[in-house]
Amino acid sequence: MLENALLPLVGGVLIGLSAVAVMALLGRIAGISGIVSGLLAPRRNDISWRALFVGGLVAGGLVMSLLQPESFVVNVDRSLPAVAIAGLLVGFGTRLGSGCTSGHGVCGVSRLSPRSMVATGTFMATGILTVLAIRHLFGGAI
Amino acid sequence: MPAVLIFGAGVLFAVGLALGGMTQPQKIIAFLDITGDWDPSLAWVMVGAMLTYGPLFRLVTRRKGPVFASLFQIPTRRDITPSLVAGAALFGIGWGLSGLCPGPALASAPTAAPFILVFVVTMFAGMGAHRLYTNLRSDS
Repeated sequence: MLENALLPLVGGVLIGLSAVAVMALLGRIAGISGIVSGLLAPRRNDISWRALFVGGLVAGGLVMSLLQPESFVVNVDRSLPAVAIAGLLVGFGTRLGSGCTSGHGVCGVSRLSPRSMVATGTFMATGILTVLAIRHLFGGAI
Repeated sequence: MPAVLIFGAGVLFAVGLALGGMTQPQKIIAFLDITGDWDPSLAWVMVGAMLTYGPLFRLVTRRKGPVFASLFQIPTRRDITPSLVAGAALFGIGWGLSGLCPGPALASAPTAAPFILVFVVTMFAGMGAHRLYTNLRSDS
């Protein structure tokens, strides 16, 4: 139990430290969907920090995928068309709802923001219902 | 110097995601699958992140301002709007459908796995669609 919890806890601490750094250095909330979407319609003097952070995120992923390829194995019963629909929903939904797992889930809930707590409860609930529906209506694969 | 630190924060985020198992969509789906073989990893990641961010956020924002910017930009809205709830609901459906959210998807992009690339491209398309939607609404 504790063994299985240790790495996720350490991973969470590192994510928390990264988000603290973004606040301490830039005064910004470390919400990935918000940071990334700001790159799509760039405003003056608001591009470089976003590009640097996302560049670091991708570079960090590259290094980790070389050091620890087993952490990047994808093994799910989901077809590419299903994933395409998922991507559209995540892109549109995170903008409409002003955040995702990082901005609402980590930063917002830690600050006890009522909006983030409602958003996090909502996406957890629809995520659980979606997985439940796929398991029981589609036999676990879609 | 600021550039290195901001880039480093992004690297740190990706390392945390990978160590926490968040770059494996099957672990996210198993977390959400409360009637199946439940995987608590995501819960532990959230606990670790919140126990770190919660107290340190309060400490950091007691300072006059951030190191490389003039002020802290902290959301102050408290209103629960239909957009907030509908957006979060749609995001959750996509999350349960794929096991991916924006951070892990971008950190996994270098693997160039079709599953990840399709998600990243359509996620950007979804964000673009939202921009179009808000522009259309503000014009009418």
